Amino acid sequence: MFEPLTEPFMQRAIVEMTLLALAGGALGCWVVLYELSYAAESLAHSLFPGLVIAAIAGIPLLLGATPAVVLAALAIAVASRLPGVGRDVGVAVVVTTMFGLGVLLALSPDSPPGVEALLFGDILGPSDGDIAAAAALVLLVAVALPLLHGRLLATGFDRDAARALGLSPAFADAALLVLLAAATVVAVQGLGNLLVVAVFVGPAATARNLTDRIGPMIAVAAAVAVLAGLAGLYLSYYAGTAGGASVALAIVALYLLSLPLGLRGTDGGRLSPAGGYDH
Amino acid sequence: MQTEPLIAASGLALGYGAGPPVVTDVGFELHPGERLALLGPNGGGKTTILRALLGQLPARAGSLHVGVSCGSVPQTERSRLDYPVSALEVAAMGALSRLPWWKRPGREAREQARRALARVGLEEFGETTFGQLSGGQRQRVLIARALVQDALVLLMDEPFTGLDRPAAERLEVLIADLAAEGHGIVMATHDLEQARRWDSVLCVNRRQIAVGPPAQALDLPVLEATYGGAIVELPGGGGRAVLPAQHHHH
Repeated sequence: MFEPLTEPFMQRAIVEMTLLALAGGALGCWVVLYELSYAAESLAHSLFPGLVIAAIAGIPLLLGATPAVVLAALAIAVASRLPGVGRDVGVAVVVTTMFGLGVLLALSPDSPPGVEALLFGDILGPSDGDIAAAAALVLLVAVALPLLHGRLLATGFDRDAARALGLSPAFADAALLVLLAAATVVAVQGLGNLLVVAVFVGPAATARNLTDRIGPMIAVAAAVAVLAGLAGLYLSYYAGTAGGASVALAIVALYLLSLPLGLRGTDGGRLSPAGGYDH
Repeated sequence: MQTEPLIAASGLALGYGAGPPVVTDVGFELHPGERLALLGPNGGGKTTILRALLGQLPARAGSLHVGVSCGSVPQTERSRLDYPVSALEVAAMGALSRLPWWKRPGREAREQARRALARVGLEEFGETTFGQLSGGQRQRVLIARALVQDALVLLMDEPFTGLDRPAAERLEVLIADLAAEGHGIVMATHDLEQARRWDSVLCVNRRQIAVGPPAQALDLPVLEATYGGAIVELPGGGGRAVLPAQHHHH
């Protein structure tokens, strides 16, 4: 039980994973409530060429991922406004283009070995810079989410009514997407391009099953993410499986376990379908 | 004694973007304690007028003076019923209109929200999930939100849609009480018979057809101009009604 904790690489992996889990779990609640799961996955895939270019150039991955996310966001904004192109189509076109470009670069002769770590992550070998970036992300999320809470809650509840209250739904959307992009850029290094979305969506979906208030939902999502992270790392240690994939599977397993316990959609639960009595 | 109007519109034309005007020639006043029913077919401009009163649409022509804060009470099916939020949290959202962006409703706002929920008869339901409430209760929570906003005018968009008779009666009493306290009420509605019980009516169908006390304004030519062929005589002398139409907002 405690043996993995004596290994320095596991200690670092646990610290990195816990930080990513805290940030991803909390932020993920808003991603799920704003139905941005597809956007989260798209952002992760879109920054793949940036990661590959950074790996080829031998610079920190963060420096490659950040401009790639900005470029993808701008391309999505432009593509979505083309006549006859909807938002979904715009996102799909940009994401496949960016991901395809990343694969082309990854398969080029100049590409260094170990590019698969960009796809599947390297949660077991975080650098000092990775851990520092994850800690900064936790700080950013811990400061930003409480500040934005009122706006996010009201806008997600009813966008038109939020506008009538003098709030700007575009501001809430933009703030959330910026946070999501920052979190993706940081987390993708540990959890990989293909699996990073799991830490944003899975724990929040689990928490949504178990709670009917946003405050407890955020706390439960963060706890579920940390628990799944630890379980995944332990699985990886003892079974010799890939770290990021093991964490993703643990997240899915906890979600499946939460289904029978779910409050939502059950007659006996506190969240029975709407339509009570007038009093 | 005639009081200073809360809202005054004259020769008002409204529209979206560069498109043609949705409604023109709108002129009316709303005074404290007055209940104004906004009648018209779907697409006739009712919701557009409500948006202009909220400050979301500028006047294309004419003038619109809104001297007090207006609170929106939308149809509750536009809110997300699966959202993890309590009735108290929804009511407290009204305070956001006067808070800077980095602040969330604090203890004072929650206390105000509790009082507002008590005012609408829902003091026991503050911790109930919004989506678990009945349609009438949800509508009253949204009224509480407007009260927390300190709105002197409540803009209600077909608030009686989908309510059963007891819920509708309770809501009508609440609206009358709020008017008696000095609130101005503007309600978009299709219910002619209910509109006859209100203080004044404003009939629109792409332009203003009539405005005034229902007894004077709601004659057959006005109703025909407002609704076209969608007016039916109710059997047994039950008055006239508007044929149900599909929901469509402008």
